[in-house]
Amino acid sequence: MDTLVAQLQRQFRDYTISLSPGFFGFLDDQFTELKKLQDECSPDFVAEVVSLFFEDCEKLIGNMARALDQTGNVDFSLVGSSVHQLKGSSSSVGAKRVKGLCVTFKECCDSQNFEGCVRCLQQVDIEYKSLKAKLQDLFNLEQQIVQAGGRIPQVDI
Amino acid sequence: MAVGEVMRMEIPSGGDMSVTSPELHVLAVDDSIVDRKVIERLLRISACKVTTVESGARALQYLGLDGDKGASGLKDLKVNLIVTDYSMPGLTGYDLLKKIKESSVFREIPVVIMSSENILPRIEQCLREGAEDFLLKPVKLADVKRIKELIMRNEAEDCKTLSHSNKRKLAEYIDDAPSPSPSPSSSTHDDSSAKDFPSSKQMKSADEKFSSLL
Repeated sequence: MDTLVAQLQRQFRDYTISLSPGFFGFLDDQFTELKKLQDECSPDFVAEVVSLFFEDCEKLIGNMARALDQTGNVDFSLVGSSVHQLKGSSSSVGAKRVKGLCVTFKECCDSQNFEGCVRCLQQVDIEYKSLKAKLQDLFNLEQQIVQAGGRIPQVDI
Repeated sequence: MAVGEVMRMEIPSGGDMSVTSPELHVLAVDDSIVDRKVIERLLRISACKVTTVESGARALQYLGLDGDKGASGLKDLKVNLIVTDYSMPGLTGYDLLKKIKESSVFREIPVVIMSSENILPRIEQCLREGAEDFLLKPVKLADVKRIKELIMRNEAEDCKTLSHSNKRKLAEYIDDAPSPSPSPSSSTHDDSSAKDFPSSKQMKSADEKFSSLL
């Protein structure tokens, strides 16, 4: 009969693996690199970085939306520069799907494809919010494990 | 992080305090708040003091190179390494690199460029301009460890050259006891007052350099 801690740890392991490139591909190995930087001195490092990332997403997506809203006078290089920044920060936190969308998005900006840009913007918005929800679930699981007196298993992506 | 803020040195869990290598003070420049947070942590976990700024202009301001006060070379600001992003609005990492290499006070500080784009002509351009190394983003712990080792090795070699040259000077001074002859040194400061005893003055300069590394 499994203890609560063992059950939670298994859930955590399975959930993390489901996010990895071999499964749904939400995250890549850069996320594991960030976890290496977390320790007793900086126990919330990963949560802090991803929080900054999601704030960044909101800000940049807002910029892109505003630029695309200038009907007939869209500054595609402005949109492109925001996409470039989003690509950079998503890469730094291991947000694989967001980063992938940015590549497509950048191509639409470069070819001044308005419909393509609008589609990409919508997808990026959905994607970062999905990731935010997933990571919140993951952090909740971590908390539950700790509260149940267990240790968070190391699961490399 | 405020300028001059004292960094808490992280004590390794093994408790080994016998190695007292001087801490590097790194100035990290990046317009991305996410990347600044990551590079800061990467450097701190590698036992470096870190100051982060969000632009090339702020970096020059921090160093005192922005023309307001002129290069002050204040000892407590001593920066041992500059790590900068390449693509930044305003002054790019390349522009910043050039300004630093043009400065007589700061040109010796190693500069490392980071970029998310693996563009060979860009890398070559930076290395030609005097960049110590080029890191591809996302930057990993292994990259930072490698850079740190490179910089520490270079600093150790500088100190060795310094101490060898000073041992030589001291020996000469002792030999020429009545009237010490001023002998020019290539590795110490360009302080060339012949009236003073050059050896002791150079020894003092060496001490200053050592203590500023600590």
